[in-house]
Amino acid sequence: MPEKSGHLVRSYDNDLKKLTDLLVRMGGIVETQVALAAEAVIEHNAEAASRTVEEDVKVDALEREIEQFVIRMLALRQPMAADLRQVVAALKVTGDLERIGDYAANVAKRSVVLAQFQVPYSLGGLSHMINLVQEQLRTIMDALGTNDAEKAVEVWRSDRAVDDIYNTIFRELITYMMEDPRNITPCTHLLFIAKNLERIGDHTTNIAETIYYTVKGEPLSDARPKGANSAYAVIRPKE
Amino acid sequence: MSATMDQGHSFGGVQARAPIATDTTKISIENLDFFYNDRRALKNVGLLLPDRQVTGIIGPSGCGKSTLLRVLNRMYDLYPGQRATGRVMMEGENIISPDVDLNSLRARIGMVFQKPTPFPMTIYENIAFGVKLHEKLSKPRMDERVEWSLNRGALWGEVKDRLHTSAMGLSGGQQQRLCIARTIAVRPEVILLDEPTSALDPISTLKIEELIDELKNDFTIAIVTHNMQQAARCADQVAFFYLGEMVEVAPAAQLFTAPREKRTQDYVTGRFG
Amino acid sequence: MSATVPGPAKDMTAAVALGRRRMRVNTIVKVCCVTATAIGLILLASILFTLLVRGVGGLSLTVFTTSTLPPGSNGGLLNAIVGTLIQTVLGAAIGTPIGLMVGTYLAEYARDSALGNTVRFVSDILLSAPSILIGLFVYQLVVSPFGGFSGIAGCLALALIVIPIVVRTTEDMLTLIPSTLREAVIGLGAPKWKMIVLVCYRVARQGILTGILLAVARISGETAPLLFTSLGNLNWSLNLSKPMASLPVTIYQYAGSAFQDWVQLAWTGALLITAAVLAVNIAVRALLRGGK
Repeated sequence: MPEKSGHLVRSYDNDLKKLTDLLVRMGGIVETQVALAAEAVIEHNAEAASRTVEEDVKVDALEREIEQFVIRMLALRQPMAADLRQVVAALKVTGDLERIGDYAANVAKRSVVLAQFQVPYSLGGLSHMINLVQEQLRTIMDALGTNDAEKAVEVWRSDRAVDDIYNTIFRELITYMMEDPRNITPCTHLLFIAKNLERIGDHTTNIAETIYYTVKGEPLSDARPKGANSAYAVIRPKE
Repeated sequence: MSATMDQGHSFGGVQARAPIATDTTKISIENLDFFYNDRRALKNVGLLLPDRQVTGIIGPSGCGKSTLLRVLNRMYDLYPGQRATGRVMMEGENIISPDVDLNSLRARIGMVFQKPTPFPMTIYENIAFGVKLHEKLSKPRMDERVEWSLNRGALWGEVKDRLHTSAMGLSGGQQQRLCIARTIAVRPEVILLDEPTSALDPISTLKIEELIDELKNDFTIAIVTHNMQQAARCADQVAFFYLGEMVEVAPAAQLFTAPREKRTQDYVTGRFG
Repeated sequence: MSATVPGPAKDMTAAVALGRRRMRVNTIVKVCCVTATAIGLILLASILFTLLVRGVGGLSLTVFTTSTLPPGSNGGLLNAIVGTLIQTVLGAAIGTPIGLMVGTYLAEYARDSALGNTVRFVSDILLSAPSILIGLFVYQLVVSPFGGFSGIAGCLALALIVIPIVVRTTEDMLTLIPSTLREAVIGLGAPKWKMIVLVCYRVARQGILTGILLAVARISGETAPLLFTSLGNLNWSLNLSKPMASLPVTIYQYAGSAFQDWVQLAWTGALLITAAVLAVNIAVRALLRGGK
């Protein structure tokens, strides 16, 4: 909360605290999921992959709990101003976290398939991207717990780097696929994995925007960093 | 990608920033001070009431919000020892200057009170009372006016068969709508509502709120309320008063989602202690 | 039982002792009150009983059809009854409008002014002034300068008694009207006098009427102010410039006389006045109840 002073109704403060706690807990599980997914991809750890998928159940349950809690607070407390922003923000953040969890699970599933192939090149770019996304996620969860708008802005800006790496990987993978059609299956999976990581970055950015609005009461300026231009990328096979 | 962007921007931004349509200003309050004997109840208040919009006034008890309404139709003139300084301009005229004709001012700025105040006469006479003060109407014209104002007050259907029974027999909510109809009957330009629903049940309250929404097409309305949700529901712009000061005025959506002032924030979230 | 809760609740014997003491004190106070009430009621009942026993015997048609006559000639009280009616009605008719206006002034125009407070104070003194003083005052003012006792002087004396009563009830009733109602009227753009006449009087009507009736009941039984003003008249007379008979004065004169039939008439007259006052009081109560 931006305010130190408590509500006249003390149980209201407890409700808000509980809401933050639930979000942080959900964030923690999602962070674990992403970490496990990374391990599954980089180190071909099938066990980590299956745990990632298992964690998703917990995340979904927490999302439902937070949703119900938010609806209950809206109905019973009629929050206003900063409280209103915080409660609605929780609803949005929980949605973003749930998506991040889904992407992590998807990455893990693909890692199982990927393990059956011999990938002929280094996964260095991908592991760098994973590190960046994980760092973003960790920072944003800190910002959420402490209502730190500055940190949120920092994360928001760093999404650019993720997008840049994604573009690089995109081009790289297309090149591999053109070189040897046998690469198409593993490279497609890798492409989706990279795409999923990029989406995780986007959702993290969404959370950053939400946190900024919650704390400042105004939306983060419209000039959002847009780096992912692979949508416009055209790579023609050489003659 | 664009889907993600839209998602990120819809939250809070649009509603909160919707500019208020200030075509014209009906009443402009500038540097208004008000004194109950030596106690300064309003401190250098500035506020614009936009034409045909609802201005909600909120704040804790004793913050001067009712006092402001009492300044606007010069009700304070009834009591010795109360005085106002500053300017309250309505159509180029300072309505708190001593040479204003109070009776015609009060015909232009009507007021509805916290408790329903039906006069001890029939429903018809209640409406006709105010009209007769300012206009001479023939019987058929008066009938017309009574029907018109009861219609505007959303009461006609309920009382048209008993116009000539005592107004004291109406329910609290009906009495309050009668008082609003009585105020409308004089055809004012501005209607001041001083906690008009605080003595009513929730359904009557909603009827009055619906009525306010309807009336703002023709009248400029200022409503004082203790109920923030009511201000949020009824008002186009909301002003927060605290200890005689006008702390913040903003479009309702903004004041209740993202107030600028710390004191407003503390008040609307329930942190005042 | 939580030990932190203070009070006798945690000590049963103390609680019982406290309860017993409270019951005792309650009984004592109750007995005192009942006794005092009984004494008052017994005295009142005995007065009414005596009045009824002694008065009913003299009730006959002649009482209402014949004027007062010399002892032994079977006279009635006609002139006294009519005289009282005339003086009471006229006294109330003079006093009520004045009282009403003063009361209105106090409630509506001079609520906190120095003049208002003075007037209120004086009026309250007048309300509790011994009525014989009022009789003497009118004697000085009217009877001696204009050459003699007269019915009109009696009316004026009674009016002087009516005024403070009506002032007080009018002011009280108008003050009871909530300020929001006044503001609602003013808020419509009504001038103050219209607010008072068209709305305030309407709201206060019941109470003001009650006050007037109480004043009538009071003056219909007054003797002292009439002794020095309308004096009493043993003959039939409707002339306001001449002395005029009245029931209370006649009772006063007859009751002290040595003639058996006059004393009987005095009792009957007393019964009549009491009955009339009772009737007015009942009317007032009915009015008040009707207003609720």
